[in-house]
Amino acid sequence: MPRRRQFLCVVASNVGGGLIFTLGGRAVHLAAQTNQSGNNLLRIRLRFFNQRQASVVAAAAARIFPSDAAGPGATEANVVIYIDRQLAGAYGRDRFRYTHPPFQTGLPEQGYQGKDTPRKSYIDGIRSLGEDFAALPPDAQDAKLKQIERTRFFQLLRRHVIEGMFCDPMHGGNADLIGWQLVGFPGPYMSWANDFDKHDGAPFRPQPMSLAQIVGHPVTPWDGES
Amino acid sequence: MKKLRHQDVVIVGGGWTGLMMAKELGAGTALKIAVLERGKRRKTADYHAAMDELDYAVRLRMMEDVSKVTFTFRHTSRDRALPMRQQGAVLPGSGTGGAGEHWGGSARRLRPEAFELRTHYINRYGAAKLPVGNLVQDWGLSYSEIEPWYQRAEQLMGISGQAGANPFDPPRSGPYPVPPLKAGVFPTGLAEAARALGYHPYPAPSAILSQAYTNPDGVARAACQYCGYCDRFGCMVGAKSQPTNVAMPVIARHKNVTITHGAAVRRILHKDGRAMGVTWVDQRGLEYFQPADLVILASWTLSNVRLLLLSEIGEPYDPATGRGLVGRSLTHQASGGVLVFTDKRLNGFMGAASAGIAISDLECDNFDHGPVDFLGGAYIGAATPGQGPIGSFGTLPPGLDVTWGASWKRAALEWYDRSARIIVMGDHLSYKTNYLSLDHTYRDAYGDRLICMTMDWTGNERKLRAHIVPKVAALARQIRGVQHVRASAPYQSYDATVYMGTHLQGGAIQGSDPDTSLVNPWLQSWKMPNLIVLGGSAFPQNVFANPTLTIVAQTLRTADALVQRYFRSPGPLA
Repeated sequence: MPRRRQFLCVVASNVGGGLIFTLGGRAVHLAAQTNQSGNNLLRIRLRFFNQRQASVVAAAAARIFPSDAAGPGATEANVVIYIDRQLAGAYGRDRFRYTHPPFQTGLPEQGYQGKDTPRKSYIDGIRSLGEDFAALPPDAQDAKLKQIERTRFFQLLRRHVIEGMFCDPMHGGNADLIGWQLVGFPGPYMSWANDFDKHDGAPFRPQPMSLAQIVGHPVTPWDGES
Repeated sequence: MKKLRHQDVVIVGGGWTGLMMAKELGAGTALKIAVLERGKRRKTADYHAAMDELDYAVRLRMMEDVSKVTFTFRHTSRDRALPMRQQGAVLPGSGTGGAGEHWGGSARRLRPEAFELRTHYINRYGAAKLPVGNLVQDWGLSYSEIEPWYQRAEQLMGISGQAGANPFDPPRSGPYPVPPLKAGVFPTGLAEAARALGYHPYPAPSAILSQAYTNPDGVARAACQYCGYCDRFGCMVGAKSQPTNVAMPVIARHKNVTITHGAAVRRILHKDGRAMGVTWVDQRGLEYFQPADLVILASWTLSNVRLLLLSEIGEPYDPATGRGLVGRSLTHQASGGVLVFTDKRLNGFMGAASAGIAISDLECDNFDHGPVDFLGGAYIGAATPGQGPIGSFGTLPPGLDVTWGASWKRAALEWYDRSARIIVMGDHLSYKTNYLSLDHTYRDAYGDRLICMTMDWTGNERKLRAHIVPKVAALARQIRGVQHVRASAPYQSYDATVYMGTHLQGGAIQGSDPDTSLVNPWLQSWKMPNLIVLGGSAFPQNVFANPTLTIVAQTLRTADALVQRYFRSPGPLA
């Protein structure tokens, strides 16, 4: 189904201004532009959400993993872009699940048996939070999230926020490796043979590097083809 | 259906068993051998840019495609089976090497009594000690018969270990080919605590090379780099022993072996007690018949048994009457774990999946079961598997029940990289009530019925876990710098959603009596001598150790029997 182009504007300082996405096999270099208030804004093309939906998800993600004195959070990592990419792709349409009918209610030990794809869970979940969710004060946002804590949507959202914080940046989240910097995860270095049995008791925190930086060429995320 | 050119041997599945068999037969005979593998072609070079936690450890890129085929699950034959719609308790592999590509590399021999378990338990404790409803059986072969093949498997795979370090080690005819891996900070601390309490920790034997090594086939591989992308990943340097880096280099030298990828086998055709070949479908949906003199089933436990049932070979097991052998004696393993929180950061991003230590004091029958009301035990171990931030962020000590928001974030940052797991891997005996059958409702992408797993814990596993987990938690509290310990909860019912290891076993079990075993001790069908069923499906019950080394050893033993005896005079090997 053709859709109108939708963009999300994020403050460029959040993402360093030189973010490169390599989704779908294409490298897209994003140029910063200046808005009226003088902040550098990036316009990022959305692939699944519309702007309103993206703003709701971004606001909810920012309450799950807030930006505060303890460090950056979902906003700085561009978690909403990660989720947008995931939902637009194979995962969002349930490529990785057995979806043959009949769908029946099962025991917890039989796992999720629902019919809803991740896309559907998000669309319904965003509706349940309300279109004005992003404009609510933080306390009211928390109260709304508390109400839906047990839903599949919230469970997915929470999981995806963590994924978007700490994935390799090729997936759209962890912008500028900010999640890895936050926890001191160095990324996929090829060898720790000289360090593995050292550093007992002391944090060893090499400079984080993305997979593309380490292998020296762009890497494409899995498109779900096996 | 297109009929393909006749082959001497067709092998269903290109994982550890299929490719080791193809390698041995390819090198040892001039026969034409066709391997059919349903997944894609893989090679070491594919792993050079595959160190991505999201795609591989979270989305499980190397696993069987559950959107096409999965299994259904229920606790008892009275319950409604539902399909496992996403990966859970097990992670079967796909593509060249199968699960042998993404495995952790734990490479343990079984103790001698494991092969004669029923006899051993009855001799030591009397028949009344065996739990009600059990189907515990001997394997039909002894440790001394399989020992040379353990030795050969260790040499070919390049197992890192230290002979004599474990006082419970069975006798061995030679040392490990390479010394143990480095153990890492946490396992070393566990070993110190264990020694102080009188346990006997030792370097865990691992199929990951601690140093560069050339095996008896002349295959050279590099040493482990402790990169931390190991379990659920393929090894980028080939240090982790995988079919692609152990078997494929040899297969490539032998033109009599062909491997077809994207070939999903649907049936074994048979007539008058003889296998005629197999039918398979390619990725475009075209169907083929591959005729062959010898059919070797070499896929994962559930896939082996499913193909036997779909092909109507042997009598399906019926739990009501106890008749039938196909699907009987399904086991998993009674796993548990103890999570330990320490006062320091562990730098857990470094490591190799099976680099660590193990303790055998509470394994199998290594302690006297006279005073307790269960049988079996568990091996205890700790490794440094390489913790990625997606999987490990938010691992919190007991009592902290926040899951999102500012206080959760603060706690998660405080405890990040400060926890490690002690593995408890326990025996699972076979019972009349745990079995495989064909599902009545759900089908795969080709319209074939899914396999149904009927499985639940019994009192024996619950008591075993209740006995051992508290002992491990007590041990954990003695580790230097420990701050909190979280032990796995007592067993309720079998949970197919939580990963417990891909070690499902049974369903096509081996033995010395055709009335109680589907295959003989050479893994050859009693009733259809030109059908071999390799792999964990032959284990009469699960006994404490990760099964891969035993599976490879049995494959090598069968390959030798085929080369030395069967092809000269096709017929029963036993």
